[in-house]
Amino acid sequence: MAGDSQAALVALNRFGLGARGGASGDFVNAASDPRGFVKAELDRPNSGLLEVPGLQSTPALAQAMFAYQDEIKRFRDSLAKGPPAISPMDSTPSWDMDASNPAMTVQPDAPKQQAVNPPGSLNVIQRTFDAEALARIQRAVIADCGFTERLVVFWSNHFCISANKGEPARMWAGSFEREAIRPYVLGRFGDMLKAVEQHPAMLFFLDNQQSLGPESRAGEIRKRGLNENLAREIMELHTLGVGGGYSQDDVTSLARIITGWTYAGRQGQLGTPGTFAFNANAHQPGAQRLLGKTYENTGVAQGEAALADLARHPSTATFIAAKFARHFVADDPPPALVARLRDVFDKSDGDLRALASALLDSDEAWQTPMTKMRSPYEFLVAIGRLLGRAPEDPSRTLGGLNLLGQPLWSPAGPNGFPDSNAAWAAPEGMKLRLDISARVASRIGENVDPRDLLEMVAADAASTETRRTIERAESRQQALALLLMSPEFQRR
Amino acid sequence: MTMDCCESRTSSAPSRRALLLGGASFAASAYLPKFARAADGRDPRLVVVILRGALDGLATVAPIGDPDYAGLHGPIALSPAGPHAAVMLDSFFALHPSMPEFARMVRENHAAVIHAVATPYRDRSHFDGQDVLESGYAGPGRVQSGWLNRALEALPKGEQVKGERVTSGLAIGPTTPLVLRGAAPTVAWAPAALPQAADDTAARLIDLYRHRDPALAAALSQGLQLDKAAQGDDMKPKPGTNNAGAMKLVARGAAKLMSADDGPRIAALAFDGWDTHANEGGPVGRLATLLSGLDGALAEFETGLGERWRDTVVVVATEFGRTARINGTDGTDHGTGTVALLAGGAVNGGRVIADWPGLKPASLYEGRDLAPTTDLRAVIKGVLHDHLGLSERVLAETVFPESAGVKVMQGLVG
Repeated sequence: MAGDSQAALVALNRFGLGARGGASGDFVNAASDPRGFVKAELDRPNSGLLEVPGLQSTPALAQAMFAYQDEIKRFRDSLAKGPPAISPMDSTPSWDMDASNPAMTVQPDAPKQQAVNPPGSLNVIQRTFDAEALARIQRAVIADCGFTERLVVFWSNHFCISANKGEPARMWAGSFEREAIRPYVLGRFGDMLKAVEQHPAMLFFLDNQQSLGPESRAGEIRKRGLNENLAREIMELHTLGVGGGYSQDDVTSLARIITGWTYAGRQGQLGTPGTFAFNANAHQPGAQRLLGKTYENTGVAQGEAALADLARHPSTATFIAAKFARHFVADDPPPALVARLRDVFDKSDGDLRALASALLDSDEAWQTPMTKMRSPYEFLVAIGRLLGRAPEDPSRTLGGLNLLGQPLWSPAGPNGFPDSNAAWAAPEGMKLRLDISARVASRIGENVDPRDLLEMVAADAASTETRRTIERAESRQQALALLLMSPEFQRR
Repeated sequence: MTMDCCESRTSSAPSRRALLLGGASFAASAYLPKFARAADGRDPRLVVVILRGALDGLATVAPIGDPDYAGLHGPIALSPAGPHAAVMLDSFFALHPSMPEFARMVRENHAAVIHAVATPYRDRSHFDGQDVLESGYAGPGRVQSGWLNRALEALPKGEQVKGERVTSGLAIGPTTPLVLRGAAPTVAWAPAALPQAADDTAARLIDLYRHRDPALAAALSQGLQLDKAAQGDDMKPKPGTNNAGAMKLVARGAAKLMSADDGPRIAALAFDGWDTHANEGGPVGRLATLLSGLDGALAEFETGLGERWRDTVVVVATEFGRTARINGTDGTDHGTGTVALLAGGAVNGGRVIADWPGLKPASLYEGRDLAPTTDLRAVIKGVLHDHLGLSERVLAETVFPESAGVKVMQGLVG
């Protein structure tokens, strides 16, 4: 093998989504120019975007969801009036338990399964979720290196919502990522921040559409007031980080500043249903003081100015740099690397392309031992890539993610999925990975030569023990299961 | 971490079957903790339930007798009368109507409530709050071990026994909660429904890991072992299980594991979803559904532990409370003081323990939260001291470092 096999493993697994099988030549290419292999994706314009026929914008999805909800209501009303002409078929797929609710993560916000649906009606919300999931998984499986997709997953988890919050969240989980995350993964952090906090999915997820300025017209009439949820998470999770130098007063101030940030509902009084809207009637009047600076009441611009300052805050640079390095390099990343990333973030005004490039240009990112576990998503996608199987139905991948504790777009809290070995190298998780590997192997193991696959995965970088274990397996199926579970395939 | 301790227990278990048959090779260094006393047959069990998201203590155990309560909690306040009447626990506090099993346990003197309780954490971040609650340290930080694990580690070693599971902490769920992470051995279990990999494949893999990746060897061995032990006929989640049902299912599986003679004595699990910012609901609604699930889980432990229930303490704790006054969206925001619950045959119960601070505006912490008057560590120390026999010194130095000023609460157990 020409080139640097160890560096190829880093390029493919630490930064990418794993080597593709077949005639891709991924490992050879990565070994001959490891940095270039990863960076090639950064040079492609709009490589983060996911434009697939059939995927719709958030407002279009809102319309479809409202129509579906109306249809359900009409059908129920008709049932209440008399016996149905046709007995309702159970056309609702069993996704509600199998695919969307992890067996173990108790999700009290999970939508209740519709008790009675119109005969033959298709649940547009679940169909949309499945189509979005499929598009994302397919893209990940066929991507060249997968570094851009890894960035999408990182930022999507940083700014996560949960599809289990309710029907709008499930309907918009995919469009949220396509509209608020993907366009900016190689753009500016401040732009992503604004797009995220003004996206209907986030406003719904963290309750801001319910928050009213206590002295706003709507607040006074309806006798309701602030909900701090979004404001707190913007500072704690999205920008400054906990300990980033803000107080409870700042949380309350920011909550007031973004009162009125909502989305137009089905009546469309505030604009096209499913678009961001600023409801001046709900906005708290007056200037607000946040982190020592006064923000005059300029309507929606008041909040936008606050977000722009939060994006530029030194605590944000520190928080993001550490999290970024921890994700890609190690649970305890080299401090010098973190410091460099922080400076790049700071000096480039949050240029995320510059941040990604700085990571790839560093020596630490290539030389730190591969101690991190692949997340469940990375693991399942890597299997699809190696075996050359882009799924045509997302249910198997979604089911696997649920079992392994990383249900797609549905973390247990607004802090997203964990990003540490303690979380992913746990006993139960390892056992389930083995069961999944065995199941995959039993399905297709007979048609592949695991020794060839090992060359595609690790070549010279494979340990003697791994090579021997695979060669000595009692069947091709067993050898494939062992390959998928080998440290070379699990660690990155 | 769990990995380290098991690496030292090097063995050459040749197949998964050997692991499952009691793990003779693992048993060499396992000791039955001294707290299990053959003389009087007492063999205590301890379960820690973490409620993630911050439980509204004022909605769970309502201070009906406090003149300011109803006004603060507004439309979601509980009432001792009406169709969904709260259950009076004494003349002042009433329990949420979704918890009839816990109410019965209190009546039978096998459950207690500690009110106006909080960890030493005084800010309002869930994740830091959970760090403090579970790590047992006075402040948040990059701590990688939890108080329950350190308590396990500090248990006096008694007679030697076969089977490492006895001395391991049981982590219930796909990941180990921080409270149980640390140097003492842990094992984990989560209900799942997948066809199993062949024993032989597992054995080969463990052998590979032993040579190349000992941490993964330890993790996988434990995962395989525990899964087998927990399997029963009805342990798999069934379609249609609601969230309350899922909580009960988890508890049922854990109780089954813990009731075995060679099962783990100490377990931890976490339930998510208590962050009721909007539409929290009163006697019925979102919180009520969650509390009903918790109530069912406690009942599952009681049933599943059978004879062992009389030696059991279940501690239910959360990272902090919620605002005393409801917010603008019929929910509550992050607060400070809340409740801790104790249940189990070993609990000296039948009461609500509270140094009640009152809910007058001037009495509220920072003018918004129930003021904490009891340190949660005092409660947990009391349980660990009386139930597991840990000394005050170990509790103050190792289990809850730098907590000498927090006195052990007396009389919670026995």
